[in-house]
Amino acid sequence: MSETAFDELRDLYQEVILDHGRHPRNHRRLADADRSAKGDNPICGDRVEVFLRLGPDGRIAEAAFDGRGCAISQASASLMTEIVPGRTAEEARAISAALRTLARTGTCPVCEGAVAEAMERLTPLGGVSEYPSRVKCATLAWHALDAALSSEGKVTTE
Amino acid sequence: MTDAHAMERPGALDVAAVRREFPILSETVRGKPLVFLDSAASAQKPRKVIEAMVSAMEHQYANVHRGLHWMSERTTEAYESARDAAAAFLGAGDRDEIVFVRNTTEAINLVAHSYGRGMLRAGDAVLISEMEHHSNIVPWQMLRDSHGVELRVAPVTEAGELDMAGFVALLADGRVRLVSITHMSNVLGTYTPAERIVRLAHDAGAKVMLDGSQAAVHRKVNVEALGCDFYVFTGHKLYGPTGIGVLWARRELLEAMPPFLGGGDMISSVSFERSTWARVPHKFEAGTPAILEAIGLKAAIEWTTALGWDAIAAHEQALTDHALARLSAIEGVSILGRAQDRGGVVSFTLDGVHAHDVATILDRQGIAVRAGQHCAEPLIRRFGLDSTVRASVAAYTTLGEIDCLVEQLVRVRAFFR
Repeated sequence: MSETAFDELRDLYQEVILDHGRHPRNHRRLADADRSAKGDNPICGDRVEVFLRLGPDGRIAEAAFDGRGCAISQASASLMTEIVPGRTAEEARAISAALRTLARTGTCPVCEGAVAEAMERLTPLGGVSEYPSRVKCATLAWHALDAALSSEGKVTTE
Repeated sequence: MTDAHAMERPGALDVAAVRREFPILSETVRGKPLVFLDSAASAQKPRKVIEAMVSAMEHQYANVHRGLHWMSERTTEAYESARDAAAAFLGAGDRDEIVFVRNTTEAINLVAHSYGRGMLRAGDAVLISEMEHHSNIVPWQMLRDSHGVELRVAPVTEAGELDMAGFVALLADGRVRLVSITHMSNVLGTYTPAERIVRLAHDAGAKVMLDGSQAAVHRKVNVEALGCDFYVFTGHKLYGPTGIGVLWARRELLEAMPPFLGGGDMISSVSFERSTWARVPHKFEAGTPAILEAIGLKAAIEWTTALGWDAIAAHEQALTDHALARLSAIEGVSILGRAQDRGGVVSFTLDGVHAHDVATILDRQGIAVRAGQHCAEPLIRRFGLDSTVRASVAAYTTLGEIDCLVEQLVRVRAFFR
């Protein structure tokens, strides 16, 4: 229905983002997390906390997040919790770095190897590159992920 | 009610004519006409302000208070006439009570530093409210931490008004020496009962500073009638340039307060052993001031004065009433605060949609609103929220623009459903 379509916004709010924004996956605190970190965005008030449980092989066994935020930040965190389980810390960091490039530039120059299939799922987040003030919404959870992996505990994006 | 009807009232603002004075209002954003509902963050500039600043740069510019040459003397006259304009704007009888600063934040920091460190002692208390902008919170925290001054916070009611019983209770022990409080909330639009606050504070032995960042833009301010001791506002929200603000304080306070920044222009004499200070207000204006910006501020004051504060206030009241009525009729919209005495700043949430998503979508329709915490995080948290959308009006805002906002909000809600 054209009355509510906002076709010009579909580059930013693609269906997968609206879906994950409405119904974020793994939106809970992990009681048995091995690692966790908080991310703050003081400009908009978004706060996210990322929890990771590690398997005996050192790979990420489970990921979850807590916090409230805009559709972009919730969708990005939600997708993250689906993508990083089963991966090593190095792989997760590589995806995180690629996501930040994607959010900033709209393209993903390093999308190959183990990262490729993950980045394909994250492509819809590239829409934020057209909205400079929203880039940080897409990257907040990933900054927290990086901090959790290196056990920094708390990060801030502005 | 339409703009045409509004124009029929005698003495009413001719909004179409006002809008023609703002070149930027004919710009388009993302292919749509600009609907600028973010004036509480910073207002747009009328031609009079732009021309005054350009004209100074083109015809009459040099440093002030220094040169013995014609250009410097003329520029000094122009700069000092801005002080006269600011004094008249605030109803201050003494032009030397006007100190030019960069903005409201600097004015409050000046008072916190100079009055706070110079005249308050450990154990004294400063009283603010829950609805302060960060600029009226953080300088006092810094003073508390460096100087042992207690910081007290008066509560805000669910309706978004100052809790007067709570306010009075915090004054009761007589230790509050300074009440620093907003004259109008930048989030709730609430006007605080300034005269009553001043009376209560003075009875308890406290001075009062009013943060007029928002109020001074929407209503005629008269510091003598208010009875306060300090009043601060900023130029860029008053249709003037950035980089210029005003601290007004009673002369005896300014004279008793130690300087804030040291340097040129604020001294009487300097030797390596000691320096003596210039008389007020120059004691507080170290270094080359914002000359062009002061000239721009004067033009802004003259422009608003010519428009008429009664006309501006009546127009904005009509806009505010219209916005409150129409926004509250949208399913899922909750308006923050319902103060009896309020101005043209309306914060709201849209059920199920984050403020930033609302703002981004409105932006694509050419509508500029603010989203987030509005530099008032404690207030937003006090209402149990993370962020709100804020629409704010100015003399150039039309009822049609409010309708445009409402129409698009209805679509936003449907989009996210």
